[in-house]
Amino acid sequence: MGRVIVITSGKGGVGKTTLTANLGTALAHLNRSVVVVDADFGLRNLDLLLGLENRVVYTALEVIAGECRLEQALVKDKRTPNLVLLPAAQTRNKTAINPEQMRQLMEKLASSHDYVLIDCPAGIEQGFRNAIAGATEALLVTTPEVAAVRDADRVVGLLEAAGISSIQLIVNRLRPDMVTAGQMMAVEDVVEVLAIPLVGMIPEDREVIVSTNKGEPMVLAAHPSLAAQAIQRIARRLEGEMVEFPKLASLSESFWEKAKRFLTQKVF
Amino acid sequence: MLLDFLDQLFSRPPGSSREQAKQRLKLILAHDRTNLSPAALESMRLEILGVVSRYVELDPEGMQFHLTVEGSTTALIANLPIRRVKPLAAVDPDPAGQGQQDPIAPEGSQGSSLRPELP
Repeated sequence: MGRVIVITSGKGGVGKTTLTANLGTALAHLNRSVVVVDADFGLRNLDLLLGLENRVVYTALEVIAGECRLEQALVKDKRTPNLVLLPAAQTRNKTAINPEQMRQLMEKLASSHDYVLIDCPAGIEQGFRNAIAGATEALLVTTPEVAAVRDADRVVGLLEAAGISSIQLIVNRLRPDMVTAGQMMAVEDVVEVLAIPLVGMIPEDREVIVSTNKGEPMVLAAHPSLAAQAIQRIARRLEGEMVEFPKLASLSESFWEKAKRFLTQKVF
Repeated sequence: MLLDFLDQLFSRPPGSSREQAKQRLKLILAHDRTNLSPAALESMRLEILGVVSRYVELDPEGMQFHLTVEGSTTALIANLPIRRVKPLAAVDPDPAGQGQQDPIAPEGSQGSSLRPELP
């Protein structure tokens, strides 16, 4: 049986979907079979970030309704052989599915994959309850902002109430320069306030927007950016490897590093 | 207390927005986690003050009463400076009949205006 992990945050816009797409890709490149599940019914986006939007034929809803087999709905990623996507329906709303159906579906996926990563919608209503229904672990994504941390804390309570006790924290969109200047909470501040074990810290990165434009997960780049490297480290930690957390300063690229990456990407 | 002070003095620029964010969050999360209504918190404050006031005379200045989080535990922080200990004879072990009177009102204190304040 594979691991069923929900990627959740409470607040929207903190990077759940980007993380799901990239973490799924990174785990697949560690030779694990991975299925990423878009649980944001009505507002699906995971297919876009993976660049698979034109290949979606069936969605989780058709599988649940018995209109197609599960294997038919899974979209294969040609760049990443071990990765498949189970898309969400765009048309129907999130009441079209219930937690029990979701749980059965995740169980089925876990029987044939090493990792089932569920991209949870923002909020704590029906869509959230569906997304966490089949999960046994959670990755809690937050940014170093008061609203995001507060919502994350609410979600911790709800996850624990739902019996999901393995919760690990990812602090996203960190700006090392602002932390040093005392203008942004540091990772240790967020960890102290939330009291959840840390599994990743990801710096703010312009590359995220570029890779989203292209529909190409940034961990696939020949010279991965700092955020992409941070996600690759999270993948290795999930695999049980002890990977040290880098120092704050090393999370911001120096001028020369930027120049080098630019040159290697564009020229050669 | 002293450690907190030293921590603030040396480790971070005091009053930085980073520190403000953290302190505000600790207060917000404590309230979110306990899910106590302001009314319930206020009535708890009055009852605790009532009990303590039977034994000692409190100094309304510098009184603190608020929730905070330390790691995974939520704590009620009550800092009640004592002005003087009441003589033993004056201690009424059974305050039946005190009803819902604000126990610190007779001392001419701040009454119900005492809200949680951040240091």
